Amino acid sequence: MKKQIDFMGKRHIAAFFSILLVVASIASLSIKGLALGLDFTGGTLVEVEYKVAPDLENVRSLLSSDGYDKLVVQNFGSSTAVLVRLSESFNDKIGSEVVKSLSSKGQSVELKRAEFVGAQVGEELREQGGLGLLLALGIVMLYVALRFQLKFSVGAVGALIHDVIIVVGCFSILNWDFDLTVLAALLAVIGYSLNDTIVVSDRIRENFRLLRKASPVEVINISLSQTLSRTLVTSLTTLLVLTALYFVGGEMINGFAKALLIGVLIGTYSSIYVASNVLLTMGVTKEDLIAPVVEEGEEVDDRP
Amino acid sequence: MLNKYPAWKYILILITLGLGTLYSLPNLYPDDFAIQITGNQSSLVPDESLHKKVTKLLSESGVETISSVLEKKNLLVRFSSSESQLTAKSVLQDQLGDDYIAALNMAPTTPDWLKNLGAGPMKLGLDLRGGVHFLLEVDMEKALSQKLKIYTSELKSVMRDEKVRYRSAQIDGIDGITIKFKKVEERAKAESLAISKYREFTRTSTDVENDYFLTLRLSEARIKEIEDYAIQQNLITLRNRVNELGVAEPLVQRQGRNRIVVELPGVQDTATAKRIIGKTANLEFRLEAKPDASSRSSQKFKFKNEASRTAFLEKDIIVTGSNVSNANAGFDENGVAQVNISLDGNGGKMMLDATKRSIKRRMGVLFIEQKSVTSRKIVDGEEVVTRNNREIRNIINLATIQSAFGNSFRITGLDSSAEASELALLLRAGSLAAPIYFVEERTVGPSLGAQNINAGLLSMQIGFGLVLIFMLVYYRVFGIVANVALAINVVLLCAFMSLISATLTLPGIAGIVLTVGMAVDANVLIFERIREELANGLSPQQAIHAGYSRAFVTIFDANITTLIAAVILFAVGTGPVKGFAVTLSLGIITSLFTSVVLTRAIVNLVYGGRQINKLSIG
Repeated sequence: MKKQIDFMGKRHIAAFFSILLVVASIASLSIKGLALGLDFTGGTLVEVEYKVAPDLENVRSLLSSDGYDKLVVQNFGSSTAVLVRLSESFNDKIGSEVVKSLSSKGQSVELKRAEFVGAQVGEELREQGGLGLLLALGIVMLYVALRFQLKFSVGAVGALIHDVIIVVGCFSILNWDFDLTVLAALLAVIGYSLNDTIVVSDRIRENFRLLRKASPVEVINISLSQTLSRTLVTSLTTLLVLTALYFVGGEMINGFAKALLIGVLIGTYSSIYVASNVLLTMGVTKEDLIAPVVEEGEEVDDRP
Repeated sequence: MLNKYPAWKYILILITLGLGTLYSLPNLYPDDFAIQITGNQSSLVPDESLHKKVTKLLSESGVETISSVLEKKNLLVRFSSSESQLTAKSVLQDQLGDDYIAALNMAPTTPDWLKNLGAGPMKLGLDLRGGVHFLLEVDMEKALSQKLKIYTSELKSVMRDEKVRYRSAQIDGIDGITIKFKKVEERAKAESLAISKYREFTRTSTDVENDYFLTLRLSEARIKEIEDYAIQQNLITLRNRVNELGVAEPLVQRQGRNRIVVELPGVQDTATAKRIIGKTANLEFRLEAKPDASSRSSQKFKFKNEASRTAFLEKDIIVTGSNVSNANAGFDENGVAQVNISLDGNGGKMMLDATKRSIKRRMGVLFIEQKSVTSRKIVDGEEVVTRNNREIRNIINLATIQSAFGNSFRITGLDSSAEASELALLLRAGSLAAPIYFVEERTVGPSLGAQNINAGLLSMQIGFGLVLIFMLVYYRVFGIVANVALAINVVLLCAFMSLISATLTLPGIAGIVLTVGMAVDANVLIFERIREELANGLSPQQAIHAGYSRAFVTIFDANITTLIAAVILFAVGTGPVKGFAVTLSLGIITSLFTSVVLTRAIVNLVYGGRQINKLSIG
């Protein structure tokens, strides 16, 4: 047996830390809200590319002097790329109109994209997105309850909700744009974090059956120690590709990479501390898992 | 405990690898710049003479071509650079006139032997190749109220015919009609009429003082039918119009209950695209002019499908497309193709008036479209090309009136069922469809598309490289095995996506990158397990066996749950996000194969069947 690390000895500190993060996230979400992207709010957006990096303040005043109001002007990825969000209702020529008024001072400006999303479409997407997240959580809970046991499923879903809230909270606190790709990343985070949690739960289940004399805390500590190197290696490889995506993947995919980077970090932490913490709090015992041993006896028997 | 696979397993793995390589191959052949020339109408197909003309025009203007091939419905000319493609486009569009459309395209260069196997490259999404995306919403309330109007006038005439005395009949809410009566008996009569003839309605009776009301409401099923019909009709019309735009691979597809997605790759000019998509076609039913009619009261028109045939029609219009409520192709009692047409109440009356007086004369149906037309003028010695919108009127059918008819009639004597369905389609396209609105619109410039591809591919290469190095350092020989599996995983994923011709989007590339990072997880699980079993004192062969069999349950559970999340993402997401869900789910499936079955095969080859003292597993 590998050296055992006393993970659960620090579980109260971890619980405090988790609760702090979740509360801070929820507080920021309810006070500040999310900077929802165009996909969800509806509206008009124009992205242009300058030859020479412009001063954003000039861009703003140039546009507002041409009659556009309630503008948001920001850089998009590089100092030469400028994103303009307008409250203006959309017309076919808005892209070229914006380019025209921006290049009126003799600068060379190229239109990269123009987007318009109807308010109702945005609203529906918001509903659908939220519904999708809830549905994913529900089905996962059911699957884990069937495959493992109800306490495990509460632990797994608890960890997932924890991860999702914190990732969304980070987007709220840091004022990052929350668009459709970030929502996709959130679902991928659910998939990833769950993957991690299940690997750990699997080991806990196995060890409850193997180590009949050990206390629940010991079993969980042993299981976490055994899976620790796997947890770290997989996180590391995933983080490696995500870092590549974050730095060279381009601005359109940046939010996605950020959400997953945070999600993978939090997911790794939560699979160690949150899921097992919930298990212990709910008082998991070997009896919870003894019954299936008879049915799935061959799993134990196939030891060489 | 020899860790040997039977021969058939190796063969199966080799076959899978062979197929995977074969079907991912087409993606390695870069696309050619091409121009696709199609006829303006479905009946106009480019032929050998057009082929010669195009070749001559291009060689005269000094544009180099790779090849030009006459295909089933179009002529495809390939170029070596985007400059010659653009020059060729302007030359061809000018010289070929309005009958043919020259569209920019990227033509795959898949060799014939691969094509014969059904292989082809992945398609690129709009975010990677540039283009326009529209989301249109069909006004369902309008569709329902149009239908209810037709029902109301029909009900009124049926009640009159059946001698049911009613006070008034009005549309009630979005899905009902309320009829007012003075007497209970009259209402009872109307009710039994509704039971026998209008089963698609639910009936409720209410009494207010001395008035008796009967409210008919459309059933859910019927409402859904009307909505589906409205969507279908708009889809057909939109497809016809989009074809006219001459876009290489357009997409016109229903999305959800009441929306239609239109994607036009390569198009940058949203204004023109919207004008053509949003334009309306119309129909006019007119009598054929008598031989002695003066030119003031008659007009000459061409036939839509036979440009050489013409006919004179009267200037008076009997009914227009807005009176047509439905048109369906079908067969008569002798099995001959026909088209059944229904008109609304008003249209029926007008039609009855006109046909009563005109039995044995012929009636023509005119199809009216808005088309942009190129005209050329010489101004100051220079040629100036302008494009204008013009209304084009063509006869789509000319048939003899056999007897007087009103609301519903049929056109018989059509040559084939294909002709009947085309006529029905044109009649529906010209009739008043439920109105559509643009609710979303995105333009992606071509430079942004290219930039997205490059960034996506670069991040994939870097991420892939980092993972390879890490696995090699951490797991040594087993790391090499995992790396081979990872590389094959990407090949298989590409093969799968090409095979189902999935669309690759930027988030899709991100999905592949993420798959690369997560696919090694299964191997990490297995390898860690083997290390543990070694530490527990098992022999190397036993450890390999135990590691693989123990880890499998965990791997399976973990991947199923990720798959659940991916499937939900597919259901919820739209456009690019769907692309992410597709690559993620396919990646999970292929990685299960490569990291469990394939690595085991390699490990067995390397270590299996002999005495080993030490494993190189870091």
